[in-house]
Amino acid sequence: MILFLAAQRFPPPEFSETGHKLPGFNTPLPRGPWLEHLDVIVLLAALALAAWLALRRRSRRGLVALGIFSLLYFGFWRKGCICSIGSIQNMAQGLADSSFGVPATVLAFGLAPLVFALLFGRVFCSAVCPHGALQDLMLIKPVRVPVWLEHGLRLIPYIYLGLALVFAATGGGYIICQYDPFVTIFRLSGSVLMVACGIGLLVLGMFVGRPYCRFLCPYGVLLGFASSVSKWRVRITPDTCTQCRLCEQSCPFDAINKSTIDAPSRSMTTDKRLLAAMILLLPVLLIAGGLLGGVTGKNLARKHRIVNLAERVYLEETGKESGTTDASAAFRVTGEPVENLYADARTVRDRYVLAGRLCGLWIALVIGGKLIMLAIRRKRHDYEADQTRCLACARCFTDCPQELQRLGLSVPEGVPLAPPL
Amino acid sequence: MNRRDFFRNMIRGATVLGLGGVFVDLVRKVKADGTVWQIDPWKCIQCGRCATECVLEQSAVKCVHSFNMCGYCRLCTGYFEPQPNKLNTAAENQLCPTGAIFRTFVEDPYYEYTINESLCVGCAKCVKGCTMFGNGSLHLQIRHDRCLNCNECSIARACPSDAIHRVPVAQPYKFKSRESTS
Repeated sequence: MILFLAAQRFPPPEFSETGHKLPGFNTPLPRGPWLEHLDVIVLLAALALAAWLALRRRSRRGLVALGIFSLLYFGFWRKGCICSIGSIQNMAQGLADSSFGVPATVLAFGLAPLVFALLFGRVFCSAVCPHGALQDLMLIKPVRVPVWLEHGLRLIPYIYLGLALVFAATGGGYIICQYDPFVTIFRLSGSVLMVACGIGLLVLGMFVGRPYCRFLCPYGVLLGFASSVSKWRVRITPDTCTQCRLCEQSCPFDAINKSTIDAPSRSMTTDKRLLAAMILLLPVLLIAGGLLGGVTGKNLARKHRIVNLAERVYLEETGKESGTTDASAAFRVTGEPVENLYADARTVRDRYVLAGRLCGLWIALVIGGKLIMLAIRRKRHDYEADQTRCLACARCFTDCPQELQRLGLSVPEGVPLAPPL
Repeated sequence: MNRRDFFRNMIRGATVLGLGGVFVDLVRKVKADGTVWQIDPWKCIQCGRCATECVLEQSAVKCVHSFNMCGYCRLCTGYFEPQPNKLNTAAENQLCPTGAIFRTFVEDPYYEYTINESLCVGCAKCVKGCTMFGNGSLHLQIRHDRCLNCNECSIARACPSDAIHRVPVAQPYKFKSRESTS
């Protein structure tokens, strides 16, 4: 390569006659660092404002306005990059690969919403995330997803998160960014497939509330974890729940846990047997997950550039394939011995197998945990926003008669009201 | 404090510790400044994917010219078709599909070749011609006034020679020059 690239086949002229000056390079610079810092400041301010609007001010209108701002700023102006959803991949790669540096901006985008979720719940989802804001604004006629389907689809983000981290940590690419349906809309360009997915999800989102957030978003999994132990949280009612059931249908995202007062009682022994069976199933699932994950990891490794190239070069070396691809031709000109490539490919594949096993264990844990949670019957006195699933959109507030009373609005007749505090 | 609140506090504490751990580990590797994507021209094999794989409708990759490497040839293999009718600026003789390279006479027998970036689509046809038979002074670079700096660059993913990587924002270009070799 050095030979044909660096050769000065034609010695550059001196221009002694005319004294011609050589032009230099034109170097348009990237966005200044202060603009990156501005992004972080806007993010923190928007998170704080969203927390205040959802928890303190209890204003749906304010959250919609903030959502529109976030959509314009983080979405259409910043073209959706860098976003918190994608930043988990940079962090995973940073943790796995010691030579990979994570820019401070990316770290801030990845961690700030999690810290806020730990304090105030998923206020990031409500009005700061441009993906969430876009879908929230598109929702016009929410329909209810059947319970069994809801439970099933809610598992997808966990699996997606596992796979995304496998690919990011092994250096195999950022699939969350690659298959992001809405970034094509922010940029008004992209591959046909992803534009179609984006438009399809938006149309679906007119009837099914926030399909990406509920059934795909891998970052939502982490936010859900943080939010489930959050210090403060969104409450449907400002003071006391009177079990009036008015809020029951108000959540388009199926994030309201119903009171179990009216639920039919079941025998304790059946419940206990079911729970015991599910707990015993967990180790079986974990073993199967670990084994399957290892095999899958080995296959996924073939998507990695180095493994793919090594396989191709091996086929060429053994004469099973004639001619070269662009990648193998590029490898040949470097003059690197094939043994080095094979060794690199083996390292990459081993990393994939390890990551695949961990991912398999994770998916098994999620499915087993889900089955156990389904087997547990919780007693619940009030109607409450589910701390993991609630996106803090504030839609349910005005369905609560206590809230209407607090705001000085007319309350539907025949509804039991708690004495004002 | 009841039992459930106690457990909740424990989990919250553990999450804080976990996040703190991730944070500390990453902070040690954190780069205060960001990164941008750039092509290593010494690795580029001029496959032409830069023109089509970029998420922008017109690629952020453009051809640039390292004048101090250029031989100022009369028969420029980056400018002319492989078998040109005549060595003049007629469109039929030009290799560039958009006519983005301009040829001006300097002194006998030298010609200067300048790129009009607004016409260039980054197809690398001229780069290939120049690198194969000339000094390799024409090369591709990602132009940062156009690049969106996506978290994952889709041309980097498609690049067969792994020539596109993140570089520190302070040195956003990897220009070829007579002094810099691979």
